[in-house]
Amino acid sequence: MSRKKRRLWILLLCGLGLGTATALTLTAFEDSLVFFFSPSDLAAKPMPPDRPFRVGGLVEAGSVVRSTNAEGRMETAFLVTDGARSLRVTYTGILPDLFREGQGVVAEGRLRPDGSFAASTVLARHDETYMPPEVADALKRAGHWQPGQPPPPAALWNTLTAPATN
Amino acid sequence: MSEFLSMGGYAAFVWPSYAVAVGALVALAAVSFRQWRAAKAEVARLEALGPRRRGGGGA
Amino acid sequence: MDGNAAPRGRSLHRFANPGRFMRLSGAVLPWVAMLGIAVSAVGLVWGLGFAPRDWQQGDTVRIMYVHVPAAWMAMGGYLGLAIASFTSLVWRHPLADIAATSIAPVGAVFTAICLITGSLWGKPMWGTWWVWDARLTSVLVLFFLYLGHIALTSAFDEPERAARPAAILALIGAVNLPIIKFSVDWWNTLHQPASVTRFDAPAVHVDILWPLLIAGLGFLFAFAAIVLLRMRTTILERRARALMLARAAEARAPEAVPA
Repeated sequence: MSRKKRRLWILLLCGLGLGTATALTLTAFEDSLVFFFSPSDLAAKPMPPDRPFRVGGLVEAGSVVRSTNAEGRMETAFLVTDGARSLRVTYTGILPDLFREGQGVVAEGRLRPDGSFAASTVLARHDETYMPPEVADALKRAGHWQPGQPPPPAALWNTLTAPATN
Repeated sequence: MSEFLSMGGYAAFVWPSYAVAVGALVALAAVSFRQWRAAKAEVARLEALGPRRRGGGGA
Repeated sequence: MDGNAAPRGRSLHRFANPGRFMRLSGAVLPWVAMLGIAVSAVGLVWGLGFAPRDWQQGDTVRIMYVHVPAAWMAMGGYLGLAIASFTSLVWRHPLADIAATSIAPVGAVFTAICLITGSLWGKPMWGTWWVWDARLTSVLVLFFLYLGHIALTSAFDEPERAARPAAILALIGAVNLPIIKFSVDWWNTLHQPASVTRFDAPAVHVDILWPLLIAGLGFLFAFAAIVLLRMRTTILERRARALMLARAAEARAPEAVPA
């Protein structure tokens, strides 16, 4: 075997070893690589009270209740759902612009004794679709997209020409 | 025009993004160009110091 | 053979011989640079002034036209760095080492652009400048890998001696590339999954996709132009070094010049 060929094989073997080691490490630390837990995760593996963590999912349509507390700050209560289960979250403060019903959200905080979640931070999590508002409206008007639901498959709309509305 | 500049209220985020991207790339290109000019001048200077006793001459 | 660009230094030093590269790169560089400027300008002006708003993100979607191409270049640049490093280690090709040395700072700048514009986009949309989710963290690691490569190559007085350790660092860091790409699929992240580079139809409307792809192409040309320029600089610097070493050796012992 020539020296070049030997070097090639050594490198490929090292790469294989490194890849395997990385994959094993990542699998072992899976739990700490997760940025948030879903309500179903929490039902399967309950968190001890008073331990801070993040919960994520969609803001359940129709669940948002806004109010103003004694100090005049905005209070919001809503349900975070992953489809199967949901968790009641309360938050005091200003929400990000993208916080909307049916949209993704990640709340940081801890569980209360009554099982609801007291959020200290609320982050909006948007989906990966990008389209002009006119196209979104056209899809909703045509009944291809139910309000509060995720957008329909991209192939349906990514070349759609929206009717001129303005 | 002012509507364009205001970026729907997000001017404070959109314009700095473009400024950072364009600024960083122009700066990188300028620095790289200067380094190239300096290296070129240095090679020219060394080569102009005159032919050495051996080396290039016979090749 | 390939005579004109590498006259004197060639017989003295094996790194001073990429004459053909100097000729070719000198010919294409002005064109690549012009394309980089022109195509990027078309993509960015289109994105900034003519592309539509997004249904959920409004005008902040325009940040995408710099953020996403910068991210593509950050990752593509590292792939180039890894390939060059592999070639340098296995075939000991001097140009591969020069390419790796030249790519690292350019990749680092594109990664920095990606991180900064991402932060500027995250604040209004997500509600935070930064989170330690798997995607953001792995891209920050990419930035540090680039910085580590730059630090390592500049820590050696003799550039040839830096080649091997730097190449090994670059190849070890390459495991980060699939982690970045698939972080949004493997783990829960605040960052959304891929919109363009996915198996089914792109989840981006054509009116937004076109300027994005054009900006991406423009960034690619810009990246290539700067890397070519830096490679030429590195070759010249190494030739200057070889010439200086030769002169110094000659001054010490006129007859005993190392071959």
